[in-house]
Amino acid sequence: MSTPLLQVENLKKYFEVPAGYLHAVDDVSFSIECGETLGVVGESGCGKSTLGRVVLHLLDNTDGKIIFDGEDITKVSAAKQKELSGRMQIIFQDPFSSLDPRMTVYQTISEAMQIAGKLSRNEIKNRVFELMDIVGLARRFVNTYPHELDGGRRQRIGIARALSIRPDFIVCDEPVSALDVSIQAQILNLLIDIQAETGIAYIFITHDLSVVKHISNHIIVMYLGQVLEKVASEELFINPIHPYTKALLGAVPVPIVNYNKERILLKGEISSPVNPKPGCRFAPRCDFAKDQCFAEEPEFREILPDHLVKCHFAEQFVT
Amino acid sequence: MSENILSVKNLTVKYKSREIGTCNAVNDVSFDVAKGETVGLVGETGAGKTTIALSIMRLLQSPPASIESGEILLDGEDILKMPDAHMRKIRGDKISMIFQDPMSALNPIDKVGDQISEMVKLHLNLNNAESAGKAAEMLEMVGIPAARFGDYPHQFSGGMKQRVVIAIALACRPELLLADEPTTALDVTIQAQVLNMMKNLKTELGTSMVLITHDLGVVAETCDRVAVVYAGEIVEIGTADVVFEKRSHPYTTGLFNSLPDITGGRKRLQPILGLMPDPTALPKGCKFSPRCRLCDESCTREPIALRLESGTHFVRCLKMKGI
Repeated sequence: MSTPLLQVENLKKYFEVPAGYLHAVDDVSFSIECGETLGVVGESGCGKSTLGRVVLHLLDNTDGKIIFDGEDITKVSAAKQKELSGRMQIIFQDPFSSLDPRMTVYQTISEAMQIAGKLSRNEIKNRVFELMDIVGLARRFVNTYPHELDGGRRQRIGIARALSIRPDFIVCDEPVSALDVSIQAQILNLLIDIQAETGIAYIFITHDLSVVKHISNHIIVMYLGQVLEKVASEELFINPIHPYTKALLGAVPVPIVNYNKERILLKGEISSPVNPKPGCRFAPRCDFAKDQCFAEEPEFREILPDHLVKCHFAEQFVT
Repeated sequence: MSENILSVKNLTVKYKSREIGTCNAVNDVSFDVAKGETVGLVGETGAGKTTIALSIMRLLQSPPASIESGEILLDGEDILKMPDAHMRKIRGDKISMIFQDPMSALNPIDKVGDQISEMVKLHLNLNNAESAGKAAEMLEMVGIPAARFGDYPHQFSGGMKQRVVIAIALACRPELLLADEPTTALDVTIQAQVLNMMKNLKTELGTSMVLITHDLGVVAETCDRVAVVYAGEIVEIGTADVVFEKRSHPYTTGLFNSLPDITGGRKRLQPILGLMPDPTALPKGCKFSPRCRLCDESCTREPIALRLESGTHFVRCLKMKGI
């Protein structure tokens, strides 16, 4: 039995706002093995980016545990924290604002290695060129600044920077959302190749269901800070159970003319995550909601083997 | 042909600046929109889609933009030759535009109801009470309670704001609606609501539409015909079902092969190699040739013409399947 690389237990992150507490991440649990990708999917405001940042401990958690390689990182010393940060990295969504405009490609990619202080100047230089080769960035760009490069190339810099100190695990926060499809495909292939070679684990955060299906082993579907469904990637698309997941899948426009599919149009919009009401958070928009859904919060239960759903009536929705 | 509400003929638009030189944004683009029809313009960032729409609205800032040649016929009348005063009358009345970003399309310090009223007051010669009534009616039509007439844009979510923008655009019952990425900023479930609403309103009002998007899924759901735009040119145009099935132009094929498949199993993606050409220095022959797997010497010699493949399906390629 191998222990998972990362284990998150009952993780909570509340923000204090004038009206009370904003439940950004509310009781989320999952684990990731080496070489695996966990897809986190949900719409704006569901807490997926906050989850990524809390897992990396860029934000303090309110409650819960983050066990990385057998150690709870929420409780370790600052020195240990710094050491751990070298093993966990992040790739940001926006390749424009996530790079320092006054740093060259070389400075950006080498910065983390210089801070880590384990490599000589020459080794760092070789590693920068090696990384540029890995991410497919021509060496002639080594002294250019971000504004001279297009979005796809900038995102490659972000990936090279994340890989530079050989992390075990990377949070990819919407890494391809700002890119055109042809460039998006190049970057997705790159991330998949890097994983196959290095055995790195990813948390892949996105709102794009076809992308998350393509890259993930397991997927969690988030809504208002909570996980509503968790299952293996292919299974989610063949057999979604939660009414929200079904609506989400049905809403994706498929590039096939006259494609016949079941579409549940959701009514209304996401409700406020500030002081959420008791009961199921999706109930106000759910066509199948009954009194019980507004009164008590459903448990996150295993409905089918390795298929967890947070819904009182999940059994009814199994097809 | 009188049944076309819009005919764009040989439109060429350039942006000129001293620093960058001449940027060839739109190159000899021609397409028609029949009455009641929805035509999609699909392509990636920088393909020239928005420039085409802004030319039709006559909203291009000149300089730096300049329309070098071409005609844009709206109901047989050339928009490019209209006096400004006449154009102001038509804009918002006969043709309307929905912009991508609902946050910046609305005035943040004006009540949404007033922003709709302003439009009808101007074009339909109504008094204050009448235009307010009309605005309330429009709000209800896009699914917003009329009671929210006095709310400001910041009190609405992204999806609701886009509904307000749509209400403004449709308030005067335009004959032609230009929608520039109307749902790109929205979440999928909200996108589904808005697309559904737009489709219903279109049928109800008989509006013709030009839909600009980069999302092939949105095209499949909403468009009768589609034009694939690359480097300022239409590289393939035809009915949506034929274009999506045949994917004759190598660029169209490349776009589809870049998309992760949500309906089937997992395959390795086949991205298009390289990047879009620099619009200040476009290749002489086929604009796609530097990235094309089928390209040979004959593709780079001279500009390629759109050729008829079958029926109403045109493709700009020497190497396409079947030739």
